[in-house]
Amino acid sequence: MLLKETKLLRFPLEDKDCLKLLRAGDVVTISGWILCGRDATHRKILNHLGRDFSFDFSGELIYYVGPTPPPPGKVIGSCGPTTSSRLDPYLEPLLKLGLSATMGKGKRSPRVKELLKEYKAIYLATFGGAGAYLSQFVEKMELIAFPELGPEAFFRIKVKDFPAIVINDIYGNDFYEEVASTANFPA
Amino acid sequence: MVSLDKLKEEIKKAYISSCIKLPNSVKELFKQARNKEVNGGLAQKVFDILLQNAEIAERESLPLCQDTGIPVILVRISEGLTIPTGFESAINAGVAEAVKEGYLRASVAHPLTRENTGTNTPAIIHYEIVPGKELFEIWVMPKGCGSENMSRLAMLKPADGLEGIKNFVLETVKLAGPNPCPPLIVGVGIGGSFEHCAFLAKKALFRELGTQNLDPKVKALEEELLSEINKLAIGPLGFGGKTTALAVHVEVAHTHIASLPVAVNFLCHSARIAKIKFL
Repeated sequence: MLLKETKLLRFPLEDKDCLKLLRAGDVVTISGWILCGRDATHRKILNHLGRDFSFDFSGELIYYVGPTPPPPGKVIGSCGPTTSSRLDPYLEPLLKLGLSATMGKGKRSPRVKELLKEYKAIYLATFGGAGAYLSQFVEKMELIAFPELGPEAFFRIKVKDFPAIVINDIYGNDFYEEVASTANFPA
Repeated sequence: MVSLDKLKEEIKKAYISSCIKLPNSVKELFKQARNKEVNGGLAQKVFDILLQNAEIAERESLPLCQDTGIPVILVRISEGLTIPTGFESAINAGVAEAVKEGYLRASVAHPLTRENTGTNTPAIIHYEIVPGKELFEIWVMPKGCGSENMSRLAMLKPADGLEGIKNFVLETVKLAGPNPCPPLIVGVGIGGSFEHCAFLAKKALFRELGTQNLDPKVKALEEELLSEINKLAIGPLGFGGKTTALAVHVEVAHTHIASLPVAVNFLCHSARIAKIKFL
């Protein structure tokens, strides 16, 4: 697979139409503010939403990450993606609230792929296991809620040129499936 | 025998350093694999990033990966040596201090309440009595669970034979796809009982990279599986390419006449292992 030209994305999205230009397999860099959380974060958000917690998810991206604690003098510790499929069961309510993108690593369920198409949202993968490298693209980190969850607290980070690959675009294409369909080429 | 204080210190040092420093043997395999991928392609870019990641982690004392693992520890001790009172507590204290001092992530939780212990303990401690005199070493693996979650075990029928074993391993790699962060070290256990087979797959991951099983039949199986797995073209991080696995390690044990257990356990590309030799 040859490298495509890098496309730039800024979150939260000002205009959701920009997602129309993206296709599965595109290389992107992300700047702006992105939301962060993983399993326990999602359970807690969904338990408290509409009760004692509210948040505007419109045009936002959630990065599935639980970083290591920042050593002195650092904004964040190691911060690579976690496996996204564990978050599949929590996605639909957030898409209903306007969420535009998620980022992690690995395959999503068939149901999530349908939902992404229906709600015109994208799924990105970034570089799994490259947590030290990815920490270089993080400029700020801010707690939003649930500090008691430690590495699974709900927080946001300000990123500049954070690299990722489009896995699922809004048209129902899946980059991992495209890769699998080229399998068994002579090594 | 080593003092409990020294044991704790060594475990702490080993846990922190293994989270931060990628073994040279892994970096070397990255470089070799990079050169086999298409020039200027995504697979090469992944290897470039992984090599940069290792460099940054070491320079900045940052963990290679935010998943600093559940500690899997293998104590290898020869007969005639004694394990002192407080041995496991000292290991756990070493891990807990490593998490604090090394700014590692606490990732160990109760399976039902999901409450995080905050210390990455209790460690999973296996013991192996090894032949020879005066041997005492502890192998430490901060085991990431993106790869661990993709493990599988099957109780095959003896009639399934070698073909059945190969198909199960390939199917497991295929099902895992991008999830376990390839390129992988694939650990395969064959034989034993249900739990021993799983242990063999894990033990296979501890084996020195670049070494092969001493049994020629098993060695041939390792080579064949590595070649077949790389034909799946899942590639580095599942973005496509020629390198899905860096190595396949197979360990075998005698089994029941009615059984053919096979277990597959993965180590992600962040193949973090430290070996402490006390004797």
